[in-house]
Amino acid sequence: MKIRAQIGMVLNLDKCIGCHTCSITCKNVWTSREGVEYAWFNNVETKPGIGFPKEWENQDKWKGGWQRKSNGKLVPKIGGKLRVLANLFANPDLPEIDDYYEPFDFDYQHLHNAKDSKHQPVARPRSLISGQRMEKIEWGPNWEEILGTEFEKRKKDQNFNEVVQKDIYGQFEKTFMMYLPRLCEHCLNPTCVASCPSGAIYKREEDGIVLIDQDKCRGWRMCVSGCPYKKIYFNWKTGKSEKCTFCYPRIEAGQPTTCSETCVGRIRYLGVLLYDADKIEAAASVANEKDLYQAQLDLFLDPHDPKVIEAARKEGIPDNWLKAAQRSPVYMMAMDWKVALPLHPEYRTLPMVWYVPPLSPIQSAAEAGHVGMNGEIPDLKSLRIPLRYLANMLTAGDEAPVVRALERMIAMRAYKRSQQVDGVEDLEVLKQVGLSKDRVEEMYRYMALANFEDRFVIPTSHRAYAENAYDLKGECGFSFGNGCGGGDSKLNIFGGSSKGVRKVIPVTVKE
Amino acid sequence: MNFTDMLLFGIYPYIASVIFFLGSLLRYDREQYSWKAQSSQMLDKKYFRVASVFFHVGIIMIFFGHFAGLVIPYEVWDFLGITLAGKQLIAMGVGGFFGVICFIGMTMLVYRRLFNPRVRASSSTMDTLILLLIYWQLILGILTIFVSTGHMDGYVMKDLMSWSRYLLTFRPAEAIGFVADLHWIYKAHIFWGVTLFVLFPFSRLVHIWSVPVGYFGRNYQVVRRRFGSRKA
Repeated sequence: MKIRAQIGMVLNLDKCIGCHTCSITCKNVWTSREGVEYAWFNNVETKPGIGFPKEWENQDKWKGGWQRKSNGKLVPKIGGKLRVLANLFANPDLPEIDDYYEPFDFDYQHLHNAKDSKHQPVARPRSLISGQRMEKIEWGPNWEEILGTEFEKRKKDQNFNEVVQKDIYGQFEKTFMMYLPRLCEHCLNPTCVASCPSGAIYKREEDGIVLIDQDKCRGWRMCVSGCPYKKIYFNWKTGKSEKCTFCYPRIEAGQPTTCSETCVGRIRYLGVLLYDADKIEAAASVANEKDLYQAQLDLFLDPHDPKVIEAARKEGIPDNWLKAAQRSPVYMMAMDWKVALPLHPEYRTLPMVWYVPPLSPIQSAAEAGHVGMNGEIPDLKSLRIPLRYLANMLTAGDEAPVVRALERMIAMRAYKRSQQVDGVEDLEVLKQVGLSKDRVEEMYRYMALANFEDRFVIPTSHRAYAENAYDLKGECGFSFGNGCGGGDSKLNIFGGSSKGVRKVIPVTVKE
Repeated sequence: MNFTDMLLFGIYPYIASVIFFLGSLLRYDREQYSWKAQSSQMLDKKYFRVASVFFHVGIIMIFFGHFAGLVIPYEVWDFLGITLAGKQLIAMGVGGFFGVICFIGMTMLVYRRLFNPRVRASSSTMDTLILLLIYWQLILGILTIFVSTGHMDGYVMKDLMSWSRYLLTFRPAEAIGFVADLHWIYKAHIFWGVTLFVLFPFSRLVHIWSVPVGYFGRNYQVVRRRFGSRKA
């Protein structure tokens, strides 16, 4: 057994209001630079839809994730090592910038400078790459916002596979939607790492964060294809790939990631998970895709088990990490309550950002007698969002775990409602979903109240002890290479133009 | 022998070599962040696959061809039973074939770099310069094939091999004797070829040093520690 720790994340989709605050704060912190204007380390999509970049879930098209060969071995879907190297000159599976969107800005200055004219001046879009006028903006990180675009296009969503009569969901009365905030999954078995020819991408042993070494990246751009979530972005200016850093400087200091901290719906949770690194390969290679969810659960270790604690100490995992693991909201939601599920486990990357499936309108219809009841709980087949759709997204098509999660959430609501409105304790409903009274109170505290200190249990990394502070004296922290010089001196014989700034192309409008 | 020949074919190659090796080393040491292939594929994919693969395959084969011609001693060819005339024929045939492949690819790439608005806007001066220079050099190289048809006995090739052999063994004074009287096309091809080595460390060509052969030897997964060893 080789125990490692990771900071995982859970997003409670039942509470996501789709406000994009996570995306915006992330963008302001990490990607407001030239070359990554189009990159959203975090973006919120409205589902059903084909998403950002277009059809990212269609792995027949983009070849992300792993493929299990007949002998049980895993190879990246883009191909083995030989094929990856053979495609260095031109990667056939690389999305083009138009699959994301051509970055643009508006000619705002024109609003100030326009001469007197019969018509109101307007700020028209302009490409941030070429500086040319853009007549039409075609796509973006939330283009299908609240069911934008036609259903005919949105129904290409892969999660509709095997959903019966998917065409009826195009009708106004039958339509449904949910929000899906997406970021790097910081997988246990990441394909981006496996497909990097330079070995520049790595997983950190201490906290499981997957990072790209910007000095070692040579821009072969295989990781962009390898990642099935399309969460690696090629910086067209610097010629290197960039990705979500899980805000590691904040995590190291015990602070939540920017997206989590600023989430107004308080839907995000961060906590430590202990897992057995020796079993990763076996877990990712199980034959049946529907077993991948359970296989990943089996990797996680009980932080209260004395044997696990002893083994973890032997590996050098500090005590404050073990304490955090015992209080981890992520462990509770994924393992104890089983309400959180992984995003697309069938990609075999063992993702570490999990989701609580959203409830959808049902209760009121049930009370009006329109829906069948299953004991105390309404029959989930009457949910507005088809179960199969959620199962395709979160459990490789297996509906049972989704049903369990949703029923437990409904039961929690029913119990709290009877307790607080009617003044009685409805224990029947809890019995039906296998929850105890204490446990449901705990769920209520974490999922409904969601206090800051319950949502984020992040141990610091004791950087001050691990590093010699004297060696760091006079260092410049984060820079764009070449020490403190920033790599953007006026006279630089090696580099091009400066990399850290966002160049806004000045406008001259012809009258 | 005149001074220009001495300068261009006897001294310049050494200056170029120093800049090539020292420049690469310094950039590798000081400017890792700028060390990359600088692909523009994602900005415009149309016909890119054909263009880039043709260019790269062509130019890599041409590189190995030049290596075989200029660096491998002619005794080896003798030993293999290949006559000078035969060797010239092989060089013209194989070089011509890959030259044309490379030319097709490069023509597409040059057009793309100059006329595609996105690619053009994101190119540095050096990106465009180095591409045009290689294109020019390729055209000169293809032209040498036509000149070579005038003397199929292979002795011009032997002169060129001797030139590089004497340079590589640090005898420039003798080396230039072999090229001084050659057709100007050959001389121009040599001059611009050497110039490519001068510009190499300052351009995106440095990615050639980083051919990721290590990929075959490593595990799929890479795990690194943030702070040394915890157990210490």
